[in-house]
Amino acid sequence: MTELTGAQAASFAMKQINPEVVSAFPITPQTEIMMDFAQFVADGDVNTEFVLVESEHSAMSSAVGASAAGVRSMTATSSAGLALMFEILGVASGSRLPVVMNVVNRALSAPINIHCDHSDSMDCRDIGWIQLYSEDAQEVYDNTFIGLKLAERVKLPAMIMQDGFINSHCLQNIKLLKDAEIKNFIGKFKPKQSLLNFKKPVTIGPLELFDYYFETKRQESEAMISALEDYKIVCKSFEKMSSRKYSAVEKYKLKDADYAIVALNSVCGAVKDVVDELRINGEKVGLLKIRLFRPFPYDDVLNALKHCKRITVMDRSESFGANPPIMSEVVNSLKNAKKINSVIFGLGGREIFEDDIKNIYYNMIKNKKQERYVGCRE
Amino acid sequence: MNFKELAMASNKLASGHRSCAGCGFPSIVRTVMKATKKQIIVSCATGCLEVTTTIYPYTSWLTPFIHNAFENASATISGVEAAYKALKKKGKLRKDVKFLAIGGDGGTYDIGLQSLSGALERGQNFVYLCYDNEAYMNTGVQRSSATPRGANTTTTPAGKASFGKLEWKKELMQIAIAHGINYAAQASPHNLIDLYNKAEKAFNTKGPSILVVLSPCPLGWKSNTNMSVQIAKLAAETNFWPLYEYENGKYVLNYEPAKRKPIIEFFKTQGRFKHLLKNKKLLEEIQGKVDEKWSKLKKLCEEK
Repeated sequence: MTELTGAQAASFAMKQINPEVVSAFPITPQTEIMMDFAQFVADGDVNTEFVLVESEHSAMSSAVGASAAGVRSMTATSSAGLALMFEILGVASGSRLPVVMNVVNRALSAPINIHCDHSDSMDCRDIGWIQLYSEDAQEVYDNTFIGLKLAERVKLPAMIMQDGFINSHCLQNIKLLKDAEIKNFIGKFKPKQSLLNFKKPVTIGPLELFDYYFETKRQESEAMISALEDYKIVCKSFEKMSSRKYSAVEKYKLKDADYAIVALNSVCGAVKDVVDELRINGEKVGLLKIRLFRPFPYDDVLNALKHCKRITVMDRSESFGANPPIMSEVVNSLKNAKKINSVIFGLGGREIFEDDIKNIYYNMIKNKKQERYVGCRE
Repeated sequence: MNFKELAMASNKLASGHRSCAGCGFPSIVRTVMKATKKQIIVSCATGCLEVTTTIYPYTSWLTPFIHNAFENASATISGVEAAYKALKKKGKLRKDVKFLAIGGDGGTYDIGLQSLSGALERGQNFVYLCYDNEAYMNTGVQRSSATPRGANTTTTPAGKASFGKLEWKKELMQIAIAHGINYAAQASPHNLIDLYNKAEKAFNTKGPSILVVLSPCPLGWKSNTNMSVQIAKLAAETNFWPLYEYENGKYVLNYEPAKRKPIIEFFKTQGRFKHLLKNKKLLEEIQGKVDEKWSKLKKLCEEK
């Protein structure tokens, strides 16, 4: 066991991946990752070219350039940084470049706020990136390798999320893997085409109009859907190496549960505690934790929840004027909106307490309409 | 290098692209890429050059090429260069490679200026080529910060209450030089040998360098398609577009007209200035500015 914060878990994973290029620009709370990684560069622990650019837009642009040149290319960001990258996120996925990025979730402006919610990554859910969410530092660490391997398999970029401060800045005990194990797991990156192949000069990022654009996007969509199966294969080989078993969703005491809470990232820890406590009192409650949000594992969610009488989905971001993001997907999975309700919590880092989660549960079993917001003053 | 040799040199931009008749950039881009025998990787900003040369499933590029977005040709080439350096360090690549980022004036003076500034400051080993046609031509002739004062564009139309663009053109050369780079040059497609020589120096410069090249645009300048080279020549003869370079701290003037022609000679060739021809006061003011900038440049070139 080693004590690391979520941010350190991400940078340590990056160190072990030892990518050829890392492009970076500081933003709270992601900065810890890049500061750590800078020290690895300074100490000669990695032989990465470290490109310290003048904005996140340039960080993602540089990451795209490096990936197009046929090497492993990584970066990290939060909040406004991710929003600034948005345009180029689509270039990365549309050009089928497996850039890997750790995202430390932080609320979007305005008002400006440095604390956790998921408005940043959820706003990027339809941009063609694989999205993996992490409950704790261990999952950040493991998801970074799984994300990279999956990205390279399906030729799509991947982002690995963790909650700002709650996860990124808290020391946790995690199990590390050996450098040699990682090297063996990720293997060599051998893209079919690259800018550095002068025997076969390639034009990347062409103009496609009404005659080809549609087909290109269809291929991208099919690649994303196929990533569901590929994810299982990658998790299996990860399990072989690490003895840690991962799946698109984690079912926590769900098997005989009449009532389920659905959530992702760090709040799942608190929900598990509440489930344990309620279970002692004989309450039949469980948690469904979503790890893989893009592609979305509709069948897994359906199978995990279909026997439940009622379900409450906890979202840590808004979708103004619509169902929030996780809620929307759970409804899409079950196709029975009647037994599902939704709460939004923790925007801008607002604390959520175990009593709040218990209240969510009691409202659910009494079939009482949930308040849209938990922990929000009138 | 003479014209015959230049014509015979290996060409990396194939014919069959779809730029307009009389467009300035095909000969500019070809000439620049001919100036090195090393492999070149091109990063190109969104704009006329990119859209007329990469219409899928065709490409005019006989060398590796990447288009990322409008504002990030310099950041993109930075990533490509970093990948190259990483592989070279590991001994996985032996070749010497040259990196060329290209943008129009919109992608350089305006939306791509931050990305360019970052790459210049970081000392990325690349050549930046700006083909400057003095407006957003790809979107239909809107003003940019490279549009000269008085020009009629679709967002600064001349009307009863306006004579076109009010502001003066931004000084890209000075901005680039202020980054402490070793080589910067202003050139024009009417003198391809001069452009070739400058591109050769740029490719041989350690660290970043920049080429700012006037690129006539018959569509936006409202000029005859067979007149582009003559118009570019007039730009130099009127001192509107001086040919000069900055090399390791020294300015060099590459062309000085025996008698500079009045600016109206340049304006007369283009519909974008048509409304100015009778505006004596404004013509005098613009002429004054051209002469003032020229004498400042001459002073810089005389400095030892």
